[in-house]
Amino acid sequence: MNILVGISRVPDTATKIIIGADGKSIDEKGVKFIINPYDEFALEEGLRLKEKYGGTVVTITVGPEASKEVIRSALAMGADRAVLIKTEGFFDSFFAAKNIANYAKQFNPEIIFFGRQSVDFDSLMVPAMVAEFLGLPSITIVSKLTIDGTKVVAERDVVGGKEIVETTLPCVISAQKGLNEPRYPKLPDILKAKNKPIEEITPEQLEPKVEILGMEIPLRARKNKIVGDSDQEIAEIVKLLHEDAKVI
Amino acid sequence: MKKILVYLEPLENKLKRVSYELITAARQISEKTSATVSGIAFNGTKEALETAKEFGLQHTYLIDAPLFASYSASLFSKAIAELIRSKEFDLILFPAHTYGFELAGRVSANLDAAYVSDCIALDISNGDLIVKKPVYAGKSHITAKLNGNIKICSLRPNVFTATSSPVAEIQIEKFEPNVSEADRKECVVNVMKNEGKLDVLEADIVVSGGRGIKGPEYYHLIESLAALLGGAVGSSRAVVDAGWRPHSEQVGQTGKTVSPTLYVACGISGAIQHLAGMSSSKYILAINKDKDAPIFKVADYGIVGDLFNVIPKLIEEIKKYKE
Repeated sequence: MNILVGISRVPDTATKIIIGADGKSIDEKGVKFIINPYDEFALEEGLRLKEKYGGTVVTITVGPEASKEVIRSALAMGADRAVLIKTEGFFDSFFAAKNIANYAKQFNPEIIFFGRQSVDFDSLMVPAMVAEFLGLPSITIVSKLTIDGTKVVAERDVVGGKEIVETTLPCVISAQKGLNEPRYPKLPDILKAKNKPIEEITPEQLEPKVEILGMEIPLRARKNKIVGDSDQEIAEIVKLLHEDAKVI
Repeated sequence: MKKILVYLEPLENKLKRVSYELITAARQISEKTSATVSGIAFNGTKEALETAKEFGLQHTYLIDAPLFASYSASLFSKAIAELIRSKEFDLILFPAHTYGFELAGRVSANLDAAYVSDCIALDISNGDLIVKKPVYAGKSHITAKLNGNIKICSLRPNVFTATSSPVAEIQIEKFEPNVSEADRKECVVNVMKNEGKLDVLEADIVVSGGRGIKGPEYYHLIESLAALLGGAVGSSRAVVDAGWRPHSEQVGQTGKTVSPTLYVACGISGAIQHLAGMSSSKYILAINKDKDAPIFKVADYGIVGDLFNVIPKLIEEIKKYKE
């Protein structure tokens, strides 16, 4: 079974965002980059499928040279090899999806996994776009997955509940938190990962469909009325919720 | 911008609230560009679609066939793409939720169109479509321009306020796309609704608990307060990771991003990932026994105290207004 897993490099979720000198991106100085947390669920699911059915797990990343550090972590988790579609600076989701689809056309995966979203631009765009480019079915935001032969059954989150969706391989799946418990690589795996190949690919250049004009830190003036826990003070807060915020 | 298409979701004899928000956003763009606005709905009743008049929608397409009785991303997006192509729409608005994300992504790939997801503001400047979108879980916002002939945006629910602008009539026009059962690549076979439970994404008020709640057996405090306020129950990551509450309730960077009118944080210290998921709420009330907890920095109202004392008193006080 050929398994393709999208991996993106994102700032650690604890990062305090500071706007860079260009006013359009973040200042990366001192920022720790990690594998996108949702991609770990995607990769873990791919690895489990390989363990069950055999095959090859290839990770694919669109990003700069510096992405190799997180790619090595993915290889340490157990991916067989990696592909880096190398590009510096901002690129839009259309660019990423198109180039991933281009690679998938040669690799012919039975299944493609992504995280539900990258926690940088939070766009939730790439999985559905890749599926459309390849003419494949897609099930996104999946928290439970069963594969039997070519039959795929997924449980996924929708607003107000869950639904069960069925499809057949080949398909695209995006992983929600809770799909599995991603493994921690052990030292020998980390050492082995150093010798696994990372293939670099020059992307198909596309006219940017989306241009970033600026980035800002949202500021919302808060009333900041902080009180103690006496009956009187609590009554005062409730009164404010009623009269001021009009929510009660 | 000449023709705007809005994705409408019928729900019994109305539309989902986000549909009215989308109609309002489209109307505001049309006022600046004199573009026309149409809706597209799958299998809605006449009564449901008629409710869009209140918000100024004068025309909608209806795809009304048994084939579309249940959702499929590949099938629905193919039908929508055909409508856009044949009627030459140049701006399409979707809701930013599970279905909307899939449909918008597929339609943009199908039509080679620019797409920005989860927008919180739309504007026209020198004829360009300029949007604002939260990134890094809302820690920052980007302003972006969409290029090309066809532009697609998904809009975050609860952000664009639906405003009334009634029109006398709405024209409902049937559209029959050239698709078949073979285009249904995914099948929804079962739907499990959280019966009687409001989703944090849809609620006007969200009451969340954090580590300060000490154990799942005390969560009834959070639930009682939420029930009294008619709100949804949320949770911090710590509470979900401890297995006390389901992931569907998690608010924050690896959970849901919410923007209710009132967010009540009980026993939540305010880790940066949590703040990212709720700081666009209109009003924030924090209850925490640590007066230095970061949550108080983003709060409109704060009560420093033990939540086991504060919540019951709060409930008592609120009841006075409810009666």
